[in-house]
Amino acid sequence: VSYRFSVNGEPVELEVPGMRRLLDALREDLALTGTKEGCGEGECGACSVLVDGAVVDSCLVPVCQVEGADVRTVEGLAPTVARLSPLQEAFLETGGAQCGICTPGMLMAAEAFLESGADPSDEAIREAIAGNLCRCTGYTKIIEAIAQAAEAR
Amino acid sequence: MTIRTPVRRETGFETIAPAPLVVPEGMTVPGRAVGLPKRREGPEKLTGAARYTDDLVFPGAWYGATIRSTQPHARLIGIELDPAFDWSRVVVVTARDIPGENVVSLISDDQPVLVPEGGEIRHQAEPVALLAAADRETLREARRRVQLRTEPLPAVFDPLESSQEFAHFAIDRGDVEAGFAEADVVVEGSYRVGHQEQLYIENNAMIAVPREDGGVTVHGSLQCPYYVHKALKRALGLSTQQAVVVQEETGGGFGGKEEYPSMIALHAALLARRVGKPVRMIYDRHEDLAATTKRHPAIVRHRTGVKRDGTLVAQDVEIVMDGGAYCTLTPVVLSRGTLHAGGPYRCPNVRIRSRAVATNTPPNGAFRGFGAPQTEFAAEMQANRVAEALGMSPLDLRRRWVYREMDVTPTGQVLRESVGGEEVLERAAEAGEFEHGRERTARAREARAAGMVAGRDGHLAPGIGLALAWHGAGFTGSGEVKLGSVASLELSREGRIRILSGSTEMGQGTKTIFPQLVAAELGVPPELVEIAQPDTSLVPDSGPTVASRTAMVVGRILIGAARRLKAEVEERTGRAFADSYEDDAREHGPIRIDESFQPYPGIRFDDETYTGDAYPCYGWAAAVAEVDVDLDTGEVAVKSVVSADDVGKAIHPVLAEGQVEGGMLQAVGYATIEEIKLLDGRYLNDRLATYLIPTALDAPRIDTILVEKPYSGSPHGAKGVGELPMDVAAPAVVAAIHDATGVWIHELPATPERILAALAGIPGPPVTGVSQPLLDAGSRPVEANREAPPEGLDPRPDAPTDPQPLRGPDPRS
Repeated sequence: VSYRFSVNGEPVELEVPGMRRLLDALREDLALTGTKEGCGEGECGACSVLVDGAVVDSCLVPVCQVEGADVRTVEGLAPTVARLSPLQEAFLETGGAQCGICTPGMLMAAEAFLESGADPSDEAIREAIAGNLCRCTGYTKIIEAIAQAAEAR
Repeated sequence: MTIRTPVRRETGFETIAPAPLVVPEGMTVPGRAVGLPKRREGPEKLTGAARYTDDLVFPGAWYGATIRSTQPHARLIGIELDPAFDWSRVVVVTARDIPGENVVSLISDDQPVLVPEGGEIRHQAEPVALLAAADRETLREARRRVQLRTEPLPAVFDPLESSQEFAHFAIDRGDVEAGFAEADVVVEGSYRVGHQEQLYIENNAMIAVPREDGGVTVHGSLQCPYYVHKALKRALGLSTQQAVVVQEETGGGFGGKEEYPSMIALHAALLARRVGKPVRMIYDRHEDLAATTKRHPAIVRHRTGVKRDGTLVAQDVEIVMDGGAYCTLTPVVLSRGTLHAGGPYRCPNVRIRSRAVATNTPPNGAFRGFGAPQTEFAAEMQANRVAEALGMSPLDLRRRWVYREMDVTPTGQVLRESVGGEEVLERAAEAGEFEHGRERTARAREARAAGMVAGRDGHLAPGIGLALAWHGAGFTGSGEVKLGSVASLELSREGRIRILSGSTEMGQGTKTIFPQLVAAELGVPPELVEIAQPDTSLVPDSGPTVASRTAMVVGRILIGAARRLKAEVEERTGRAFADSYEDDAREHGPIRIDESFQPYPGIRFDDETYTGDAYPCYGWAAAVAEVDVDLDTGEVAVKSVVSADDVGKAIHPVLAEGQVEGGMLQAVGYATIEEIKLLDGRYLNDRLATYLIPTALDAPRIDTILVEKPYSGSPHGAKGVGELPMDVAAPAVVAAIHDATGVWIHELPATPERILAALAGIPGPPVTGVSQPLLDAGSRPVEANREAPPEGLDPRPDAPTDPQPLRGPDPRS
């Protein structure tokens, strides 16, 4: 069986078992290693990607479920390493990324939040990233980064 | 308020001040890196381009797995492979296949790479055999077809019942019994802290690649390339050149990637050499939690003598740490815990006795703070309880106690300079509105007692708490001198300036601040200074990336290298380095400067008597925490933490704040929710669904005040920042819980179960950090580890009694 969906706007067709984790399909079949695995059971959010605009843990989503969907990963946020998106720029400016392993998932959760147009209050931002664990920052600078990016939008 | 900031006394140091860092106006505006260099590897991390170990592709690589013990203590009789399985597709490695010594060692040679047949299994999840296969499915199947034949041995779980000691220390100052005789009030307390997992979000990962010279190159997530290098050489019998260790992008360490990566690298390397192909050894979260090192559980007993006016006259402290089954770094962890056990307080009569013992649990190891958070939790609990016993404000008591310049520590160290305890105390108390907050929570308590708070609010008790800490900067005692670290700087023929250092980046900012320090010295922009990836075939041994030593110790070596490079070029060209180095490199060819550690002048420590300058200087931190405790459920919401941290000099204020904020939250987790539960010596909550760390919703608002009281012997005065915040937040949170509820929680974490039990005056859940034995059929539920009745030490009539005194063998005997 093959599955068709789009990743960061590019159409892809994968011949893989339907229950293959989207995370493995991205990392191993499509060589998009920006999406990370932290726990493999939907607790840490390091593997967060957007499926039709919604944040999901790609370790819990089988490929068969994204048939026809629009999948977005951290690699789709900026055109090149030299040209960051305003959200990425805000993370860089405020110190929102330290070890960087939660950063791709955190950025995707933040991106979905920004796109929702919700009021970027401290509480709302915390709620939006509550599924993404960070062990380095205490979240303070991540929240500042998201608030700053929301302001700029 | 007056803050005393004394003029620094002359210390006889012959140090040249480093060139000033370019500090643009307003650069410390919170949350903005205005004018500061951005995180060097930030763009790669933010775009997904950064390569962590599991992101690396090695064509044809096999997958490796570890067969582990499922008993806490047993004789390994044999390793049985199911004859019905086709083993031709799998490589199996046992202790017999280790070409060199079967040892992975930092201090003692007690820990094997793999338990040999006939040998002793000493803990659950101990590595016994290794498997590799070309695909994951075969590997999974093969794992199920291996059986360990064992003969169980009796296990020891309670550190107080262990007869095997890894280390012990004794510190004496003054006459402690005379001190107690002088005291009006004696307060006793016994405190316990459990295991804590580092929980870096990137699990441990290693890939070993066989080399043509018969050696092996390992790529991995690690803090200390040269620790791994040493381990490979010894167990595989390799030469220095045959063993190569490359640190890849590392997704957090916190001490958790100091020791265990050597074990994983050895496992991957043993398999790779047998298979003849690269082998990937990538732990999943379950394996990482089940098998790798944790923070040491500890039991700390205090007896504190004070005068009615609050004057501290005697401290008697006993510490027992649980090292787990093997020595690892335990003696050094215990040493740091012992040296910090009195807290940042001047006391003329001090006795500290400590020991670390073995239990049949997985070995404990390095974790941010390295023994100090355990003993400083106890010291701060004690300070807060003394304040309560005297009816004094905890702030006023600390004002009286805190070390000031020229005070003497229990090891006889005179604190000559860079003593910021008083300033961080005042700054945190002021910004955190501590005294005002205490009045507010007192009113809330009164209103609640009078039944004047209606509905749910009546069950939500606000509290505020204060704590103070110190943290010795760099390695303990003569550690740095013995280490003799080297860092290098090279100028290539093309005019490229590059830093060569074994210090690793794991999120804390090494790759950003090293170029900053070197660039300031050379007078060039930081972006022109490159930094090499830590690869043992390329970079020198700059010592491990631990102990908050990178900026302070290795940064100082690099400044020395930069000075020499600059002088050499300027002497030849007669022009400023920045204007002439490119021409000089073209004409004279490449230059490499290897600079080594130079001892701190005037700093001496005697390892035999445990006296002298335990650290060249200390960092100081104070925290004010505010909580809401739900009196119905026992749940604690930590609402805010205000912290002032004297880091000497913040080389990069945004990165330094990031260290403080992250450390504060890790300590809040330690205080409230992070607990490892053990059964039969096995960690029960070995998944992220059951070992919880704070989310963004659990995290308090964290406000950081960076205080700078520079040390004359370090780059721009920097004293390190990584571990300091970890020492201070937990006791502040527990003090706030007491302020809210009136009960002292003597054990970490202060879980809802412990708080409710304390409120109800009934025994709480089993003590933290000690494994429950496996139940035999028909036996009664486990109560074996409950504390026995008090022994020894008669409390004074007016001393508050403690519910959980220390039992077991007297550590002094």
